[in-house]
Amino acid sequence: MAGLHKTPLYDLHVELGAKMVPFAGYDMPVQYPAGIMAEHRQTRELAGLFDVSHMGQVKLHGAGAAAAFEALIPMDVAGLAEGRQRYGFFTNDVGGIEDDLMFANRGDHLFVVVNAACKDADIARMKAALEPEVQVEPVTDRALLALQGPAAERALAALDPRAAEMRFMDVANLHLLGVECWVSRSGYTGEDGYEISVPERLAEQLARHLLEQDDVLPIGLGARDSLRLEAGLCLYGQDIDAASTPVEAGLVWAIQTTRRSGGARAGGFPGAERILGQMADGADSKRVGLRPEGRAPMREGVPLFAEAKGGAVVGRITSGSFGPTVGGPVAMGYLPNKFAEPGTRVFGELRGKRLPLTVSALPFVAAGFKR
Amino acid sequence: MKFTEEHEWLLDESGVITVGITEHAAEQLGDIVFVELPDAGTEVSKDEEVVVIESVKAASDILAPIDGEIVEVNEAIVDNPAMVNDDPQGEAWFFKMKASDPSQMDDLMDEAGYKDFIG
Repeated sequence: MAGLHKTPLYDLHVELGAKMVPFAGYDMPVQYPAGIMAEHRQTRELAGLFDVSHMGQVKLHGAGAAAAFEALIPMDVAGLAEGRQRYGFFTNDVGGIEDDLMFANRGDHLFVVVNAACKDADIARMKAALEPEVQVEPVTDRALLALQGPAAERALAALDPRAAEMRFMDVANLHLLGVECWVSRSGYTGEDGYEISVPERLAEQLARHLLEQDDVLPIGLGARDSLRLEAGLCLYGQDIDAASTPVEAGLVWAIQTTRRSGGARAGGFPGAERILGQMADGADSKRVGLRPEGRAPMREGVPLFAEAKGGAVVGRITSGSFGPTVGGPVAMGYLPNKFAEPGTRVFGELRGKRLPLTVSALPFVAAGFKR
Repeated sequence: MKFTEEHEWLLDESGVITVGITEHAAEQLGDIVFVELPDAGTEVSKDEEVVVIESVKAASDILAPIDGEIVEVNEAIVDNPAMVNDDPQGEAWFFKMKASDPSQMDDLMDEAGYKDFIG
């Protein structure tokens, strides 16, 4: 399709028979010939290789980078040890979420990975807030691969044995095929695995090398979505957005105590008053897991009701699909607190019919992280 | 066997017409995880939505290919939607119907015409 960006692995995707679709301005593989169900199971049982080169990679340089970055996100950046990574999000003045991200302390700089659809706005936001004291350097000459699943460690350690020594959320430079790659032990599937930033000219060679291993198959964005949904992970733009706060979204765990009320560096990020206020007083609604009782998937936008007939809309599904590992439909959405207790029955309106769902604890599938 | 532009196939056996989706359609839809069929006895009009199928990614409607009455539905694909990917032009038929105007069948494509249609 005209006007779409291609990642360094585009030709490989086409060669592997991928069905390509536009996603966040990129021509991306939604699935390969194996199909979403098989790709999903492959990642849960062995290992899958994902091209996530569309995501934004950014370095923040400068002595004051950690302290300055804390003015944009409600995370403890200054206290993050070298070689470690954290989940975080940009907030806005009303406490909503502008994007979610990963950031790592690489010693002489911070390495930040942001969503493809938001990366231009994120980079502009960081430049406006941080420069000139801190240099914001978008990394545009590297691909990003995710190797996910219980066999990921074996597959990557075959190239550099130090991969096996990393724990969940560690970051390190590994030598893969003689090339220095920036690797984190993390991902977006609920499984153990790695994200690998590799120079773009060597991305295809590394991908081919990993795919030559028996346990590794290519996985498209379709299975990436069903994997992250079963893992209870938010998709920015659906499950979290500029109108949802971290408290409503159930992401308070990502705000370290030092940034909370009473902490050494409490507040000082956009929307702190609202977010810390909600942490003290509670929010009116929250993000919940939902299990449709029948077989029909209920997807983004399905309105939720407290009753099988009548009554007003009380909430809405933000992500929903079939969960291949669960073996049935799964969803996430927002509900007022009084309907948000696990076990509560609510109703989704699908094709003119109200069908029951049960509020369910997240994640739907237990995480396989190597902590 | 006859074909519609909506990627359905129709097989007329002594006035009872079996309807399903083509291999091309099943491949395009991807892994099918949910099928909702009409009740036997339902009167349907051409282009009316009669079946809902959902893949992992999306929901699709299947339209009645001609006017008539649904006389039998294939419950096996409700219990095991993956059959539609495995054998769409055989075991995984959707429903059987009786045409109220059998001449509507004459407007449909034959196999060669359908192959041209999907290119």
